[in-house]
Amino acid sequence: MTRGDVTAVGVLAALIALAPLVASGYQLSILISTGLYGIATIGLVLLVGLARQVSLGHAAFFGLGAYVSGLLATRAGISPWLTIPAGALAAMAVAYVVGRPVLRLHGHYLAMATLGLGIVFQVVLNEWVDLTRGPSGFGSIPTATLPLPIAGGETASLYLVWLAALAVLALSLWLVRSSPGRALRAIGDSEVASELLGLHTADWKLRVFTLSGAYAGLAGALYANYVTFLSPQPFGFIFSLELLVMAVVGGLASVWGGMVGAFTLVVLTETLRRSLPEWLPGSSGELELVLFGVALAAMVLLRPTGLVGLAAAGLGRARSLRAAPATAEEPLHAG
Amino acid sequence: MSDLLQYAATGIALGSIYALVALGFVTVFAVTGAINFAQGEFVMLGAMIAAQLVHAGMPLPLAAVLAVAGAALAGAALHELGLRPALGRLSPLGLIMITIGAATAIRGMALIAWGTDPFTVPAFTPGPSLDLAGAAVNRQTVWIVATTAIVLALVWFLFQRTATGRALRACAADLVAARLVGVDPRRMGLVSLTLSGAVGAIGGVVLAPITFASYDMGLMLGLKGFVGAVIGGLASAPGAVAGGLLLGLLEAFATPISSGYKDALAFVVLIAVMLLRPGGIFRGSFARGRI
Repeated sequence: MTRGDVTAVGVLAALIALAPLVASGYQLSILISTGLYGIATIGLVLLVGLARQVSLGHAAFFGLGAYVSGLLATRAGISPWLTIPAGALAAMAVAYVVGRPVLRLHGHYLAMATLGLGIVFQVVLNEWVDLTRGPSGFGSIPTATLPLPIAGGETASLYLVWLAALAVLALSLWLVRSSPGRALRAIGDSEVASELLGLHTADWKLRVFTLSGAYAGLAGALYANYVTFLSPQPFGFIFSLELLVMAVVGGLASVWGGMVGAFTLVVLTETLRRSLPEWLPGSSGELELVLFGVALAAMVLLRPTGLVGLAAAGLGRARSLRAAPATAEEPLHAG
Repeated sequence: MSDLLQYAATGIALGSIYALVALGFVTVFAVTGAINFAQGEFVMLGAMIAAQLVHAGMPLPLAAVLAVAGAALAGAALHELGLRPALGRLSPLGLIMITIGAATAIRGMALIAWGTDPFTVPAFTPGPSLDLAGAAVNRQTVWIVATTAIVLALVWFLFQRTATGRALRACAADLVAARLVGVDPRRMGLVSLTLSGAVGAIGGVVLAPITFASYDMGLMLGLKGFVGAVIGGLASAPGAVAGGLLLGLLEAFATPISSGYKDALAFVVLIAVMLLRPGGIFRGSFARGRI
């Protein structure tokens, strides 16, 4: 972490801590969603932006964390304080196991394989009715309560989610500046060159995939704890895509891009959902799909460094990008 | 015995659609180097436009032609707006994201235009099922298989016997050499996407009467078509067609065992083939890089 990163994380923590004093319940829910998706998106930034391994199946890890946490809490009556880490660990373990064979694939093949895994996961959620209650899902997931004298479930959820989100943010910011981060960036630049330098590229790719799976699982477990109801429907391909859009829109070259992208997409989606019926009577969330699609394609074509890259360029002091070698600033360009 | 025939007929019909999608994947990949994630959306566009026009009272043949033209136009637009500015400049990862973005945008526009309710399309030739050695074969199944056979023959003719086909094959074989002999790879990219749009839409039009046409049908069909293309090695048009048919048969015979897990089967096959036989399951000239 640079000194700027430490300051930024501190400011963000203070803003979140004070948010319940000024923000409405609705605004708090936006912050909670940002934290949840931000955790998962940062994992994708490390995987896609740093190591340049694509995943179109991260919704599965998110869903796995959610289901493991939710099922343990409702079926076995275990405390949410234990089921949330358990959800993250389960996703981490599955990412480790499937990652080893799947990460041998490259480019298009890896994209399709992860996409396929995501669909297999959703089919299992729908079909294994005895365990998951199938398509109708289940509710009444007990929530974790913080040992703090605070009123309102929304505030408690905000603090819990952001405790995790800030930890993930800090860990990831530290990671990209340390030797693992340099190893992953080298692999992103050229796997062959990294192998020649003595890096075990397969091991490193598996590590970052496992970590990003754990992040997604943690986010999912917190999500289950927040919404208290789970069904297979939200954990499909569209959600995997949304996470990727968040990472690309925020900026693949910086960990902050994950948070910025999550916040941008959450706010944009919510705004559309609220104001679209006024502009276009009769329409609901349908334009979201078009927006996600166009945003993804346009961002990749026009601004491969995302909003963070745009802001950094605008400020004229690409701080978050400076430490990276020149090529890492354009994670999507042909090498 | 008649049960087996029944499954085989279903499998070949389904596999024909996968084969058409797979053919589109392989053609675009060979010429541009991009996996077009919007391939399945062309099938959806074909089915939905045809369904809409038939419902509006248009005769089926005219509706079919317009639907195919519409999807071909969508393919051309995807090339001009999305791929042309990116080819040679972006990594495969960037290309993937552009076509995923395009696929999602197309699906969203279909949702806005047609809503979530599925459309029905009447069978081309209504009537009782045909009896084939004890198996009841839907008349539309015959249409699907026959149409696919004709399309494949036409595409083969295009590739092998026309100047455009030779130029396409030249781009697939060696882009630099193709340029040296005066072939414009960008124009061929446009041709390949237009062609894959039309071929996919034909699949959608003939498929629509036996399934419902809905805005979200493209995703799964596209993925299954890709699995077919990978089974065939991703670089060979005959391989892609055979791979698509094989997947259709596999799914049809798995349906009585577990219809719920049927969709998962394709992806288990996909991952297994990619890991164990990344060059496709066929050997010899059949699998060699050619379209």
